[in-house]
Amino acid sequence: MISKKEVEHVAKLARLGLTWKEIEKMQKELTLILDYFDLLKEVDVSQVQPTSHSILLENVDREDIVKKESLETVNKILDGAPAREKGHVRVKGILK
Amino acid sequence: MVKGLTISDIHQGLRKKEFSAQELAQSYFKKINSLDEKLGAFLEITQNEALSQAKRVDELISQGKKVSLMTGIPMAIKDNILVKDVKCTAASKILEEYLAPYEATSVKKLRGEGAVFLGKTNLDEFGMGASTENSAFKKTRNPHDPSRVPGGSSGGSAVAVAADESCCALGSDTGGSVRQPAAFCGVVGLKPTYGAVSRYGLIAFASSLDQIGPIAKNVEDCEIVFNAIKGKDPLDSTSVESKFSISHFQFSNPKIGVPKEYFGEGIEPGVEKIIKETIKKVEKEGAKIEEISLPHTKYALACYYIIATSEASANLARYDGIKYGLSKDDEQKSDLLDVYLKTREEGFGPEVKRRIMLGTYTLSAGYYEAYYLRAQKVRTLIKQDFEKAFQKVDVIFTPVSPFAAFKIGEKVKDPLAMYLSDVFTASVNLAGLPALSLPCGKVRKLPVGLQIIGRPFRESEIFQVGKFVEKIV
Repeated sequence: MISKKEVEHVAKLARLGLTWKEIEKMQKELTLILDYFDLLKEVDVSQVQPTSHSILLENVDREDIVKKESLETVNKILDGAPAREKGHVRVKGILK
Repeated sequence: MVKGLTISDIHQGLRKKEFSAQELAQSYFKKINSLDEKLGAFLEITQNEALSQAKRVDELISQGKKVSLMTGIPMAIKDNILVKDVKCTAASKILEEYLAPYEATSVKKLRGEGAVFLGKTNLDEFGMGASTENSAFKKTRNPHDPSRVPGGSSGGSAVAVAADESCCALGSDTGGSVRQPAAFCGVVGLKPTYGAVSRYGLIAFASSLDQIGPIAKNVEDCEIVFNAIKGKDPLDSTSVESKFSISHFQFSNPKIGVPKEYFGEGIEPGVEKIIKETIKKVEKEGAKIEEISLPHTKYALACYYIIATSEASANLARYDGIKYGLSKDDEQKSDLLDVYLKTREEGFGPEVKRRIMLGTYTLSAGYYEAYYLRAQKVRTLIKQDFEKAFQKVDVIFTPVSPFAAFKIGEKVKDPLAMYLSDVFTASVNLAGLPALSLPCGKVRKLPVGLQIIGRPFRESEIFQVGKFVEKIV
């Protein structure tokens, strides 16, 4: 069983607010699912390379050129932000 | 008038001027208006946009311009795929008001061919679920039995097609999300090879597994939509131009592999019986059936859930209450961290939170090697199982799901039981293979789906086998 403290630690890493009730529920459910994941421990993977993608990926590069988007698109994207100021996205201060 | 209409029916009808594209779209909206309050397939109807698209189609036709098979075809789009200037919510409160500022490549291609978009369909939040019950907004019901789930996560798209609320639809498939709802609703669905269809404009869940795929009334329609959306896209660096053309391959006596691990324990007897009968019928028609083994099948589900949740936890970090979407900041003295915590607490539903937690755990210091890295190695073994099998056979037949559509509420409180819905479909995403879900019979009035798995980028072969099976079941 993973501890409540561990659940809280992971929630903090995930930047996820959880209520006390959610932490208790999460503790039980995560334990069950992680126990199920332990099934993989019986596989011998000592000689196996990991697969991150099913197809062979190559690096894709392009010239480092700024592609201009229309003002319409720029405004649409800015309109999606909860707070904006003078054409920028407004965020909380992080320097005290 | 829309009952059972296929793409080629509509194409003929439009060309012979039996109906106009506007009349056709109106008929589908009539159907949606009469049915959807009960079925709940759609999250949003885009009637005005659709009718103006249809009007343009009618103008093209009256001018005698050449039209493609997709021209004027009414379609539904899963609400995790961006249609420009239409809301795209991923069935999540965190994106409830999100207006798509650009268009998914697959949608852009379909629009270019003159397809008509009727609306956006319901799903499990961010594609995470197997019943569409994890939508933050509404329940979707199975048209074959409204007390049952339509499957998921592309439940809305499958229902829209099954109930003639749309001719065809786009869904997305990360671990079975096109194939399983198609099976539950008795329609055809394709999970293309990883990379065959651009993911640009698909809201990311697990980037190494996600693919957009069509849901349609028959195999031919599925093929037509797939051909319209496939291809390399500079905006998705994992997309590939398929090297295999349709004309090269001729199927006479296909060799079909049947993996023994997909039968027996855990599968509903009625489902197993229908799949086995279908295989017998196909054998009678001259196909060679060979029992094969995919020895790492047992590990696929655990492997899938480690990889999918790990990738999801990283992908969903973008919902921070700053760039777009919900933002919760009610106290003046709160700091940036409070905004993150509060926004995500209120914006995400229980299953999404669970998966973010699982993925963060399996990627965290001290557990990375035991879970994530180990799962990636098991993924290699699963992929090799298929590679070995395809040295002997052309396609592989399995059930899509171990059971037919279950009751609404039946599995929603038991996450592991819900995860088991993906037991026959998830390995295909891990290996990046194409697979078709095809209705092949019914158990207690409920449709059962056959899964046809093919070699990478050989969708054309799956379609040929699918049409062959479609004729004889």
